Amino acid sequence: MAHAAGAHAVHHAPQGFIRKYIFSMDHKVIGIQYWFLALLSVFVGMALSLYMRLRLAWPSGSFPFMGEGPMTPETYLSLLTMHGTIMVFFVLTTAPQGGFGNYVLPIQIGAADMAFPFLNMMSFWTTLLGFFVIIAAFFVSGGAPTGGWTGYPPLSAVGEIAGPGQGLGQTLWIVSIAIFAVGSLLGSLNFITTTIDLRAKGMSLMRMPLTVWTWFVTSILMLLSFAVLLAAGILLLMDRELGTSFFIPAGLVISEQVINHKGGSPLLWQHLFWFFGHPEVYIAILPGMGVTSQILSTFARKPIFGYRAMVYAIVAIGALGFFVWGHHMFISGLSPYSGLIFSMVTLTIGVPSAIKTFNWLGTLWGGQIRFATPMLYAIGFVSLFVSGGLSGPFLGQSSLDLYLHDTYFVVAHFHLVMGVAAIFGMFAGTVYWFPKMFGRMMNETLGKIHFWITFVGVYAIFMPMHYIGIAGHPRRYADTTAVDYLAALQPVHEFISIAAIITIAAQLFFVINFFWSLYRGPKASENPWEATTLEWTVPSPPPHDNFGGRTPVVYRGPYEYSVPGASQDYIMQTTPDTMVRGAK
Amino acid sequence: MALLLALVIAVITLVSMYLFTTPAWHMPPYISEYGAAYDSHFKLTLITIGIIFFFAQMGLAYVVFRYRDRGGRAGYSHGNTAMEVLWTSATGVVFVGLAILGAHIWAQAHFEQPRTDALKVEMWGQQFAWYVRYAGPDGQFGRTKPELMKESSGNALGLDPEDPTSKDDVVMPIIAVPVNRQVELILRSKDVIHNFFVRELRLKQDAVPGMETRLHFTASKIGRYEVPCSELCGLGHYQMRSFLQVMSPEDFEQWLRENAPPQ
Repeated sequence: MAHAAGAHAVHHAPQGFIRKYIFSMDHKVIGIQYWFLALLSVFVGMALSLYMRLRLAWPSGSFPFMGEGPMTPETYLSLLTMHGTIMVFFVLTTAPQGGFGNYVLPIQIGAADMAFPFLNMMSFWTTLLGFFVIIAAFFVSGGAPTGGWTGYPPLSAVGEIAGPGQGLGQTLWIVSIAIFAVGSLLGSLNFITTTIDLRAKGMSLMRMPLTVWTWFVTSILMLLSFAVLLAAGILLLMDRELGTSFFIPAGLVISEQVINHKGGSPLLWQHLFWFFGHPEVYIAILPGMGVTSQILSTFARKPIFGYRAMVYAIVAIGALGFFVWGHHMFISGLSPYSGLIFSMVTLTIGVPSAIKTFNWLGTLWGGQIRFATPMLYAIGFVSLFVSGGLSGPFLGQSSLDLYLHDTYFVVAHFHLVMGVAAIFGMFAGTVYWFPKMFGRMMNETLGKIHFWITFVGVYAIFMPMHYIGIAGHPRRYADTTAVDYLAALQPVHEFISIAAIITIAAQLFFVINFFWSLYRGPKASENPWEATTLEWTVPSPPPHDNFGGRTPVVYRGPYEYSVPGASQDYIMQTTPDTMVRGAK
Repeated sequence: MALLLALVIAVITLVSMYLFTTPAWHMPPYISEYGAAYDSHFKLTLITIGIIFFFAQMGLAYVVFRYRDRGGRAGYSHGNTAMEVLWTSATGVVFVGLAILGAHIWAQAHFEQPRTDALKVEMWGQQFAWYVRYAGPDGQFGRTKPELMKESSGNALGLDPEDPTSKDDVVMPIIAVPVNRQVELILRSKDVIHNFFVRELRLKQDAVPGMETRLHFTASKIGRYEVPCSELCGLGHYQMRSFLQVMSPEDFEQWLRENAPPQ
């Protein structure tokens, strides 16, 4: 470990706009490119959810840009499918890992760049291609896909006969996630190699910032899970285009037509998909946990509580995450004996999540908390993670899932935990590293306005979904008009939609703050938050090779705040012991 | 800022918990044999998780307020192994304990074999309707053929007229069952995945094409209950609804006779 980092520092800064900012091999530029892709995607995804909320609250209304008259149910389903797909892949997987991970990881471990800069550039451009393909699905004949982000066959496998959106739109959906999987595989190889090989002298595994740990474990999850998704996607594509029958059983009759396939299993897709899909939840949330740990420690001016336990919890979540996919399939026709086993393992995975929560509270305990905006978002993350996480033990029990499965209770659960908690992690990361990335500070007032409206708003949106879930409201319903008992729940839909409109509008504060600060924010110093990790030892923004030809040496763990006897309340990882003593 | 944040977290917590107690959103009264066990286990989980939720959020609100920056120096601690061990094992016991306590409900729904005298009912999903088949007086389901499945000619399930056992099969768009008699339900699908869900039975199961999924239940209260499709099956998913009609044994026999195919 920890050798020869300097040898990689010799690549020269590229000249010319295109090599510098477009086809760049600099991890910092690529990180920012990923971040902007996620920003664009989150606005597309949010716009789709806005239209879904409008349809749900006012089923007979007609809405701008959506044609004359009420929105059709197939339009609703394509909004739902595209919202889920764009959010899960191009936001939740793209910003926390591709964005912040790319930008920050090499600097935090003292490397000049990623291990394979060219591969890094390729992974971004592959991901971007995947984005163009999914966006193209909006414009093809037959419309955008309607099979949900989970794309269950046979609905997704038999083509146009299964309904609108099941033609070219569905094909592009599969192609897009396959391309995305390739991009993620390239990226994860790079992250793993970089973390293992390019750490600076003294940066032992147990001195790595928890952010690095989460990006590292997330990369391993991506490598193992996206490979399976890629394979599953190719098989599904073959069922559609080449007449194979991996997922299509014999004897299907659709619209009175017998489908000429036999021998496939719809459950096979579910196994393959969720073998990816469950680790994907942790791919989305782990980096947010890392950012939260980093920020809580920095702004509470205290070492992280139980660093080792945090590392073990990250690794445990990653490992257990591969043994729980069956809890998405309790009522699918999976063997009930498997269901019981999956249920037990699923409840076990709550333990490392609880460890993290306790340790965050332990970190704050006895601190001197500074309420700058990164800290507000990080505290928001903890609250939302608790709220979203605690509905897990309901759904993870196969017995309770007999009723709750595929109700709005599930929608509430995963939106709070992997949706908005993860997004609060991104807000926190953005405000925290913005000075490093762009050399300027973001505006605190706009940031606080954005935090307050968003924090209260997401609770107003997602907490009521638990209630209508308990009342038995199935998810993926275009409206509540066709089932009698759902009519009583319609006022709740209206409330949620109003909360959503306000919360979505409040995101403008974030965007305005971002772009205003990019040009007008006050200049940032090298270490504006008085933090201890390596990215705060270099100029804001850092030079092309990060450390200006220096080779950093690491002397201590990442969270040495308020060390008794030290003159300052923080000691950089690169400060030698002699310097600390000298300061007394 | 600290006080405001602590108050907002506390208010969100209390309001959220209060709203969980609103009767309008509760599950409807149960009518299945394990309904009581289901409801009491749901309640146990709700209370347990509610306590954890309350203390975690209130703990967060407390530390946020109590340890706001007041110009002093923060405590220096890297953690406490005894506490780590304590809360790791405590959450482990609580979470896995819940799963173990609830396992018998799952077992009752899925592990017990149906009684031999259970009424066998076959339920087929298709885009966007259900068809329910009863074996008729001969007690046997007749052969079905995919190429004969044509609603337009009145044979939605493709009953094969050449098979004598199919002649007396009764096919209906709703599922009627006698009260207090066990029903063995065989779920099938013609096209894509659908889902059979009856809130009052506390029971949900996918109907997967190519598979016969068997489950059983006993409905204990006469009435009419909605069956909304609960697996995305296409554009009419939200309209795919049937009914579970629970009848007295006499009414049920009469209903079967009335709807029997002409001989």
